[in-house]
Amino acid sequence: MGSQGGFGQSKEFLDLIKSIGEARSKAEEDRIVIREIETLKRRISEPDIPKRKMKEYIIRLLYVEMLGHDASFGYIHAVKMTHDDNLLSKRTGYLAVTLFLNDDHDLIILIVNTIQKDLKSDNYLVVCAALNAVCRLINEETIPAVLPLIVELLSHGKEAVRKKAVMALHSFYRKSPSSVSHLVSNFRKRLCDNDPGVMGATLCPLFDLINDDPNPYKDLVVSFVSILKQVAEHRLPKSYDYHQMPAPFVQIKLLKILALLGSGDKPSSEHMYTVIGDIIRKGDSSSNIGNAILYESIRTVSSIHSNAKLLEAAADVIAKFLKSDSHNLKYMGIDALGRLIKLSPLIAEQHQLAVIDCLEDPDDTLKRKTFELLYKMTKSSNVEVIVDRMIEYMISISDDHYKTYIASRCVELAEQFAPSNHWFIQTMNKVFEHAGDLVNIKVAHNLMRLIAEGFGEDDDAAYSQLRSSAVESYLRIIGEPKLPSVFLQVICWVLGEYGTADGKHSASYITGKLCDMAEAYSNDEIVKAYAITALTKIYAFEIAAGRKVDMLSECQSLVEELLASHSTDLQQRAYELQAVIGLDARAVEAILPHDASCEDIEVDKNLSFLNGYIQQSIESGAMPYISENERSGMVNTSNFRSHDQQESGQHGLRFEAYEVPKAPVPSKVTPVSLSSTTDLVPVPESLYARETQQISSVGLASDTGSSELKLRLDGVQKKWGKPTYSSPASSSNSTSQNPVNGVTKVDVATTINSKARDSYDSRKQQNEIDPEKQKLAASLFGGSTKTERRTSTSSKGPKASAADRPQDSKAASVPNKASGEKTNQVQQPPPQDLLDLGEPTVTAAPPAVDPFMQLEGLLDSSNSSAVSNSGGAVANAPDIMGLYRGTTSSEQSGGGGYNPASGDNLNLLSELSNAAAVRGTTGATIVSPLSPSVKGANAKDSLEKDAKVRQMGVTPTSQNPNLFRDLLG
Amino acid sequence: MIRAVLVMNTQGKPRLAKFYEFMPVEKQQEIIRNVFAVLCSRPEHVSNFVDAESFFGPDARLVYKHLATLYFVFIFDGSENELAMLDLIQVFVETLDKCFRNVCELDVVFNYSKMHTILDEIIFGGQVLETSSTEVMKAVEEISKLDAASSAINLVPKSVSSWRSR
Repeated sequence: MGSQGGFGQSKEFLDLIKSIGEARSKAEEDRIVIREIETLKRRISEPDIPKRKMKEYIIRLLYVEMLGHDASFGYIHAVKMTHDDNLLSKRTGYLAVTLFLNDDHDLIILIVNTIQKDLKSDNYLVVCAALNAVCRLINEETIPAVLPLIVELLSHGKEAVRKKAVMALHSFYRKSPSSVSHLVSNFRKRLCDNDPGVMGATLCPLFDLINDDPNPYKDLVVSFVSILKQVAEHRLPKSYDYHQMPAPFVQIKLLKILALLGSGDKPSSEHMYTVIGDIIRKGDSSSNIGNAILYESIRTVSSIHSNAKLLEAAADVIAKFLKSDSHNLKYMGIDALGRLIKLSPLIAEQHQLAVIDCLEDPDDTLKRKTFELLYKMTKSSNVEVIVDRMIEYMISISDDHYKTYIASRCVELAEQFAPSNHWFIQTMNKVFEHAGDLVNIKVAHNLMRLIAEGFGEDDDAAYSQLRSSAVESYLRIIGEPKLPSVFLQVICWVLGEYGTADGKHSASYITGKLCDMAEAYSNDEIVKAYAITALTKIYAFEIAAGRKVDMLSECQSLVEELLASHSTDLQQRAYELQAVIGLDARAVEAILPHDASCEDIEVDKNLSFLNGYIQQSIESGAMPYISENERSGMVNTSNFRSHDQQESGQHGLRFEAYEVPKAPVPSKVTPVSLSSTTDLVPVPESLYARETQQISSVGLASDTGSSELKLRLDGVQKKWGKPTYSSPASSSNSTSQNPVNGVTKVDVATTINSKARDSYDSRKQQNEIDPEKQKLAASLFGGSTKTERRTSTSSKGPKASAADRPQDSKAASVPNKASGEKTNQVQQPPPQDLLDLGEPTVTAAPPAVDPFMQLEGLLDSSNSSAVSNSGGAVANAPDIMGLYRGTTSSEQSGGGGYNPASGDNLNLLSELSNAAAVRGTTGATIVSPLSPSVKGANAKDSLEKDAKVRQMGVTPTSQNPNLFRDLLG
Repeated sequence: MIRAVLVMNTQGKPRLAKFYEFMPVEKQQEIIRNVFAVLCSRPEHVSNFVDAESFFGPDARLVYKHLATLYFVFIFDGSENELAMLDLIQVFVETLDKCFRNVCELDVVFNYSKMHTILDEIIFGGQVLETSSTEVMKAVEEISKLDAASSAINLVPKSVSSWRSR
């Protein structure tokens, strides 16, 4: 067909593509491609290839690489091609290098020069091609080489170039924000570009900038709002329309930016309400792009400071989305619902059927999104249904990534909302069983701790019941094949700790099970270690209880096997088991007390119990301990060494390594202060101090150190002892000997000490938070779990509120609705007006005249419909008041921006009348801000005047067009 | 930001692959395979969105459109709107259609560099540049004019002249 060879490929290339297309297998395809590579290698290095031919070779290289084969032999030719003067060759060259090369590739350096030259070209197509390459190929180091050229292009004559230059700057910003930080003003300038396309392009970098820090851009809110307004009102040329929608991508970007700027910022948000409201109201829900804008508006509404009216409008749109047949819209609806639910939790209730439908949908994407929503909606009353659903889905999928994700969600919800211990354990069992190895090991540890500590109930019966139910369930599960390792560890631990606790199962039964397990999973050393320790514990409990221990033959053989294990850990455990069995009951009781797993272990960080021993050693001539950081502070070289060691030794704990450089600061000072306090041998000491600081040799230092030792025992060797210790030994000693070294020692050691303590404390805190949370969760569900569960299962939906909630919320929602409806009539207009007046006049006009006075004036005059209008408002006011009072007492959720919570009648009334007055007058006066004095004594006159003004050309606002007709008529 | 644009046929053969951030060839292939595996397992009449986090890193979403024998796939992050991306695919396809008249897989295969030219006029450095297929066509034609002018020695003269006549 005619389309073939659009850019003039040879027959060879067409044949290649055809043969690849007809390849029956991957192997056959590979063969063809490899043959092609051979051909290209040969041809491409021939001398004097015509440009056209060369271009084709490059395209063929691209094609080969797209199919996953290495084409690096041709990169250099692509680079050469960028140097070509012919635009098309150049373009092909640029296309190839952008697809082939990373921005740190060695060949880039050969292109930068060309790019620089091309950016200065007279032909704008060359400039565009170069700009395209700039985005991909210029990295942090090469940015300065082209930056001035790009900045120059920002004021290029062609809008296409300006647009691309803005985007190139944007790509620099993404790669290295600091490189263009001084150019931010250029983005602001381009926002006012004559060409809407350039303005639209500028929104992209601004979005990123605002995303990083919105505060410097708050002043642009008004501009963004007015741009959005103009765009939405079709003020742009028709060529920017897309499917009759004015510049939809610009609208979406602007809405995203407004969402960022309005987040948590009430004054900024207030600027936006009108325009967003207009966009939602006029939104075209019949086209895809129209819905995209509607969805984006909802996102913005959910992000900015909330406004009841907008929320309502957003909820309507969501309802439309969810009711749609399109899966895409349902997806967007669910997503939007998830965003809005934080602001108004009740909104999901009316859509529960739709949500359930989405959950049953064959579409995975939709399902996952729905789980996301359910996760946000989970309460103690519905946790069971939701988690059950999640687990069901988790079992059904094979995508490990998502499985891990949803498993962690299940665990999180279960930990947070579990209605009963039994349910919690069952749930965790299911999660472990089906996603075991994907679950974080911490979850297993949490589960063990939970079983050990309970959910915070006080009575022991519940405790032991929890444990025995756990034991029971594990004994049942243990027989299943191929359990994940993490789960087996939990099982071993629980069986070892509590297997025989309630007396239902004999020790031999449990130990038999444990041995079977160790045998079945003999490749898994961790499981074996857990199993053997569990055996040790069970035997210890037996001995302590005074029963005779009969070791099963299989246990015996297991122990024997482990005694000879390659793993020293397993060996040690086996030996320990043997040793424990040989002890008498009292000793066993002391080393392995029953149910001691949750007793707090107090760690004596100073190891004070060793004091006596150390004293003794020092008296008998041993050297006192010198803390590591004092030593490292003494000698800079060794400082580095110990630094390195620390890094290599504790690879996982990198944060420690970062702190090391701080250590020398205090320790460098201490030698000096120490030397000043030591009066005995000041000269050699300071000399030595200086020496060591100048990187003394280790041998010399140790010499002087040992000679000093005889002169003075404290202070001096504390600094000098360093070289005598080899670093690795010292690091292991550091904690154990700390306390011995007297006062100065401790001072110096504080940095390290406190560091250790800090990390320890924080870890401890973390450990304590979880049970705290769980306790809270457990107390929330209290005794009423049963009834709760029934209600939740019967309603079987996410709605499933706690037993007493339905009436409550219904009671609240009924008057709410009524008030909503009534207030809508009366109230709805005022906020609209007020918002419309967001322009200067609203602040200027009303304060100038007392609203009450105005109102009175209006009421006095007899012939305006405005009177009846506002009169109606006033007459209605008491009703609303009652409603408000009613609602506030039941639930604090009035309607609209008028805060009913204040409960102050007068206040509200004044507000209402204020609004009415503003409406009455503003409709008229606001439009003519030039004469605020007109509405002085005679409201009727002023209204007439303003009406005339309006007739002259100003369109009346939609709220009260009758007003003027009546007045004139 | 848009991270990648893929066009592949229903057998999983890539027809166009453009990554807006560098990606080693092996990783590209892996992504193409993964995307294809996900797409061909999806039933008909479901949404056009897929979560791409598992093979494209955090916050990656994917929108695809199945047209005749081709999948058009855009992968992007949270700063773009899914529905809008769907429309961007529409813009791309519309432009191709204008360019090739009833675009089919063969056109896509045989006009590899032209596909890139078109795409570069729609998406620039991962950002949406132009959404009007008329404008895109104008830009592409301007470049093609040069091509036609310079192709005095044409390898497939007939086809090019037929193309020029449009």
